[in-house]
Amino acid sequence: MTVIAQPGAGTQTQAEIVGELRHVDKWYGSRQVLIDVSLQVRRGEIVALVGRSGSGKSTVLRVLAGLSRDHSGDRVVAGTTALAFQEPRLFPWRDVRTNVGYGLTRSRLPAAAVRQRADRALADVELADRADAWPLTLSGGQAQRVSLARALVAEPQLLLLDEPFGALDALTRLTMHTLLLRLWRQHGFGVLLVTHDVDEAVALADRVLVLEQGRAVHTLAIEEPRRSPGDPDAHTEHHRAELLDRLGVRR
Amino acid sequence: MSIATPLATASTNTDTARVTNPTTGLWARRKWEILRIASPLVLLALWQLGSATDVIPQDVLPAPSLIAEAGLELARNGQLADALQVSGVRVIEGLVLGGAVGLVLGAAVGLSRWFESTVDPPMQMIRALPHLGLIPLFILWFGIGELPKVLLVALGVIFPLYLNTFSAIRQVDPKLFETAQVLGFSFWQRFTRIVVPSAAPQVLVGFRQSLAIAWLTLIVAEQINADKGIGFLINNARDFLRIDIIIFGLTIYALLGIITDAIVRVLERRTLRYRQ
Repeated sequence: MTVIAQPGAGTQTQAEIVGELRHVDKWYGSRQVLIDVSLQVRRGEIVALVGRSGSGKSTVLRVLAGLSRDHSGDRVVAGTTALAFQEPRLFPWRDVRTNVGYGLTRSRLPAAAVRQRADRALADVELADRADAWPLTLSGGQAQRVSLARALVAEPQLLLLDEPFGALDALTRLTMHTLLLRLWRQHGFGVLLVTHDVDEAVALADRVLVLEQGRAVHTLAIEEPRRSPGDPDAHTEHHRAELLDRLGVRR
Repeated sequence: MSIATPLATASTNTDTARVTNPTTGLWARRKWEILRIASPLVLLALWQLGSATDVIPQDVLPAPSLIAEAGLELARNGQLADALQVSGVRVIEGLVLGGAVGLVLGAAVGLSRWFESTVDPPMQMIRALPHLGLIPLFILWFGIGELPKVLLVALGVIFPLYLNTFSAIRQVDPKLFETAQVLGFSFWQRFTRIVVPSAAPQVLVGFRQSLAIAWLTLIVAEQINADKGIGFLINNARDFLRIDIIIFGLTIYALLGIITDAIVRVLERRTLRYRQ
């Protein structure tokens, strides 16, 4: 398995599409939760999906992850897709290394290779020394990093993140932003990040998609993305204001 | 009450007290454990004392030393080993048979709504029957040999395991199943990586209940025309008015119950070692 060493920024307009939805509709019973949603994520691109609770943003992610069956429209993914949830969802009865190795279930690699790659993924998230620990002994941020390692161990082309930093404290969240961006620059996968945090979306994404009552109502391209991750300064302030406005937040 | 004073000083300046007087330190640290061990020993000593002073009539309740002697005698002439083997085999056969049925049915009902609707109602009806009350029926159906005893133990063992396995599987975190879907687990991987480790602690609680019922059922089942086993030792002793042997037999039942329970508790702790 070769690691894709493609720089994140700069080339994304020409990069191949790693995940795409075309005109997706989805109902829960008689309620339509997604209405004609289309989106593309290219390799080396970070797309944020923001919206209020119940706007359908997690549903979009689940459709793209292949967790949803009964929807209409097309779903196209190139290569491996991985998903990390808001809660780490580790298996508490297996050590950290085994948990990360579970991310390679589909690969059917021999156990020794799985161990080796799990250790490498753990080193990537700076947790090599906790490989033998029980998940319940980890802090919230550490557990979320293990969850990230489990998603990345299969070297996905598309990484789906469902509010992965939502349950963390502010400082840990900023550390995780830096870590995510480092891994993303290193591996060059495409990211679809679902979040309700506008600052997070502006700080991390190339494009921000606003979802409202199941409809993709707006796309915002960030100028000079990630110039200063985790620190929304003057040049992103107008993006932030526009997004809050689109989300109906009055100030 | 004279102990109270040195204790108080020991706890005020702990370090020096522990160095200069280790027994006081041990008492201070292990007080409640020591008391727990001492209490039954004191009772035993009082019993022995009561027997020696004829306060307790020996034809009603023989002295602990006499009971121990009766036990030694049974151990020396080989009767104890024979009885333990026979009773042990009955319990093990009943446990294996009833345990397998309880575990398999509990897992099937826990994993499938279809099994729950078809298997659970009759199981609940059978559970309502007091299984010890089935002895006359079992004698008529299966005679007076080993079979009715083993089957009776098995019947008692089934339900705690069935109920606990069923509910343990239902309590598995559904988010882990969703995660398993994302990670691409097969049915077998979901079973071994999620269902088994998640359900194991509660299944073992069920197993401990099953063990207790197994010994109790054995004691009752061995009262019916047993010609070997611990129950036979006790019945035989009754005919010869050997109260010491009867009490020794009861002690053996109690010890077997405690020892097997302790073994399962060790297993239980092992399955939960990740919780620290």
